Amino acid sequence: MELSKNPQLLSNIATNERHGENSPYFDGWKAYEENPYHPIKNKDGVIQMGLSENQICFDLIEEWIKKNPKASICTSEGVDEFKNIAIFQDYHGLPEFRQALASFMGRVRGGRVRFDPDRIVMSGGATGANELIMFCLADPGDAFLVPSPYYPAFDRDMGWRTGVQILPVDCDSSNGFLITKAALEAAYEKAIEDNNKIKGLLLANPSNPLGTLLDRETLTSLVSFVNEKNIHLVCDEIYSATVFKSPSFTSISEIIEEMGSEICNRDLIHIVYSLSKDMGLPGFRVGIVYSYNDAVVSCGRKMSSFGLVSSQTQHLLASMLLDEEFVGNFLEESSRRLAKRHEMFMKGLEQAGITCLKSNAGLFVWMDLRWLLKEQTEEAEIVLWRVIINEVKLNVSPGSSFHCTEPGWFRVCFANMDYHTVEVALKRLHAFARQEKLAISSTRYLRNHKLQLSFSFERYDKSCVHVRTLFHRTRCPLTPQYFLDISVPMVRAASRT
Amino acid sequence: MKMLSRKASCDSHGQDSSYFLGWQEYEKNPYHEVQNPNGIIQMGLAENQLSFDLLESWLASNTDALGLKRNGRSVFRELALFQDYHGFPAFKNELVEFMAKLRGYKVAFDPNKLVLMAGSTSANEILMFCLAEPGEAFLLPTPYYPGFDRDLKWRTGVEIVPIHCSSSNDFRITACALEEAYQRAQKLNLKVKGVLVTNPSNPLGSTLNRDELNHLIDFAIKKEVHIISDEIYSGTVFDSPSFISITEAVMEKHVDHETDLLGRIHIVYSLSKDLGLPGFRVGMIYSNNETVVAAATKMSSFGLVSSQTQFLLSNMLSDKKFTSKYIKENQRRLKKRKDMLVSGLRSAGIGCAKSNAGLFCWVDMRYLLRSDTFEAEKELWKRILFEVGLNISPGSSCHCSEPGWFRVCFANMSQETLKVAIRRIEVFAESSSSASGRENLSHQRSVRNSRRSLSKWVFPISSYNDHEPADR
Repeated sequence: MELSKNPQLLSNIATNERHGENSPYFDGWKAYEENPYHPIKNKDGVIQMGLSENQICFDLIEEWIKKNPKASICTSEGVDEFKNIAIFQDYHGLPEFRQALASFMGRVRGGRVRFDPDRIVMSGGATGANELIMFCLADPGDAFLVPSPYYPAFDRDMGWRTGVQILPVDCDSSNGFLITKAALEAAYEKAIEDNNKIKGLLLANPSNPLGTLLDRETLTSLVSFVNEKNIHLVCDEIYSATVFKSPSFTSISEIIEEMGSEICNRDLIHIVYSLSKDMGLPGFRVGIVYSYNDAVVSCGRKMSSFGLVSSQTQHLLASMLLDEEFVGNFLEESSRRLAKRHEMFMKGLEQAGITCLKSNAGLFVWMDLRWLLKEQTEEAEIVLWRVIINEVKLNVSPGSSFHCTEPGWFRVCFANMDYHTVEVALKRLHAFARQEKLAISSTRYLRNHKLQLSFSFERYDKSCVHVRTLFHRTRCPLTPQYFLDISVPMVRAASRT
Repeated sequence: MKMLSRKASCDSHGQDSSYFLGWQEYEKNPYHEVQNPNGIIQMGLAENQLSFDLLESWLASNTDALGLKRNGRSVFRELALFQDYHGFPAFKNELVEFMAKLRGYKVAFDPNKLVLMAGSTSANEILMFCLAEPGEAFLLPTPYYPGFDRDLKWRTGVEIVPIHCSSSNDFRITACALEEAYQRAQKLNLKVKGVLVTNPSNPLGSTLNRDELNHLIDFAIKKEVHIISDEIYSGTVFDSPSFISITEAVMEKHVDHETDLLGRIHIVYSLSKDLGLPGFRVGMIYSNNETVVAAATKMSSFGLVSSQTQFLLSNMLSDKKFTSKYIKENQRRLKKRKDMLVSGLRSAGIGCAKSNAGLFCWVDMRYLLRSDTFEAEKELWKRILFEVGLNISPGSSCHCSEPGWFRVCFANMSQETLKVAIRRIEVFAESSSSASGRENLSHQRSVRNSRRSLSKWVFPISSYNDHEPADR
């Protein structure tokens, strides 16, 4: 169909690459999907460590659902609510849902701040929330500063359909990837020099991929910065309940309460939240924009029509999150289990001689493999990454896909698999690290003794599979289907037809 | 520097129109049989509330299927994690089967060409993002659903150029009107990317006939533009003539071999009207164009359908006996309701456009206008809202080119409430005719004893405070 491929027939947005799904971040998923690890059926398969999911506390939620059949409109106890829920499409959302979210967000912040349910705007996951807030705050061509390394899909979420530009504020390991006022000012000045109209700053706190928190001092100085420049501050706090160790989490909401409205113009402050990470429910598509700016709440609410949360889901979660005992227990237990998992993983890495950035939040670690790079370049990082996928059989995410300016860092997820699989992954990393150390010291020895050997580098070159060329299908790598087991009813239905 | 985006500060969201303002008034004073019998009856909401009992009884007998365990294995975890923008394979299989069933199996659909997203609100916007640049235009026959102004234009920057249809030929789309709209767009320097039709039509409540479909197809071939067919009311066709989908019309014309028109045909569908489940946010795009399917799939990330909801509905739709029974019974009840409203209006001396589908009637109140103007229509609308206590949708909010038409919904209330509404209309029509359409408060007061406190309704429409759900 020639004409239908005619680029003028479709929009630029439909045919450009700004959705960003051809980046290496997604490439690794393909390798995983073609050869997924299974403890029995495919022991040599690729272990998925590029998926930042929280699978640690499902049992707690399942137990609650079993004990509270009324919360579901599909049970005999809950079906009398079916009609009211099925027709409810008010973009304000169910009042009890907003109340429940406000209450949950407050609990996550240790009760140090209260959220107003009337400022909660629904959206289709944090993906939808980030896009929505951009539509409200910026025009096509405007720019937002974002400290790097940052979550790869921000490029799509913030910029694809909105036309907003992301200008990275580069951070590196020289100071533990901290955001400094100097770096921010420099990035801002450069952006202005390049004739960019900066509308705001977007932060992810806790950080993805670093797993670290912004401390009080930094947050305060960032608030001063945006006030000084009269630009917006969007804080993506979707990992706020994944903080498993001290120091504790400080939300932007606490900072502005402390600063008071004389110092901080609240109309500049907006929070993005979701239940996908903290509660491990990405399938339910619960995204939130919480804004201190009335006009943004009003406009955002109208825009939320394009991605409302299913009323069935609102109803279930309203019940769940208003159960204070459950929430208290869940947050405590989730934190404990994440801490345990993180500790186990870090110990294993330590034994393998692999170091990571010190972190206390998130579902991943920021692994330092710079010592394994042939040279400190992005190309060398990609070569190493392909080795890790194809030989070590672990899908990890290369730092370059997070726009990290320093090659050699990798984000490795640990909360999206069971304990046994983590052990297998650690074993593989251990073996790999040992092998590489041996190769490096052998090479050094041989070089010192003027002997020739290049097998280790040869191996690197051989393993240079052109990964990108494999990926023609438009599978969303954010959503592998490894968990769609044949015994699941909807899959069974598919195999029937 | 302006702090918010242009989109945030403008009013292209269209929610200051009377369509939405009437809702605001309704919400301040909603009718209730017992608690507020003098309240405003909501007839501006195109919802299907007639067949919930059928859905509820299915649920009641299938709670095992929907429980968290099957064969000892929990499905909760899979649901909680499932965020694949390709959607549940089983759900899409059921949807294409359901869509084919609604079309009498005259066409078949491929689940790989179906993209799911949160409601047809999202589907329509996504198609605009895929098919047009900001500043380009789509032609829409008038009258059309007021929400299109927001869904198609607001964040996309796409323009709508109306195709004027008139009551002289039952608001049918003519080749002439299509061409005229196209020329008008050219004069405005707007590049036309396609035509969007709603079939069955909202607000007319009628299905497009073969002639209209052929005019559209000829136009799309000649101008090399897209056709979007919003078929969200396809399951509400309760009377002849039967529904002809755009796919069927194109097949019958045998054009697909000669041109690549098929790559420019896109269907929007949803379960909000046919199954009466607007809260669940189930919308979809069906397209033969792989680039559109690929782009729309990625864009659906901004509003996926909740996995929990996909699971529930794929189970429900897999029960073929149930869906057949539901479709038939639902249509029967819709017809009965529509007949009730039409005959009630008739006895009040008010006519409607002939309709065979939808959840509303397109009512002719031109004779009640003080003058043949939109100002007079607005006055009449306000009287109906505040004096008669009915929220109906004025034709101007649907961009109708002729004043005096109103969309009146009949499927979002109980039968008793509809009877009350009809009685009020009868009284109003009587008093209006006798008073030559002038306001006659004292006369109305003496006729309707139950209306003691008229004054409490007569308050100005306050400034919009965004309390409105967005709905058709």
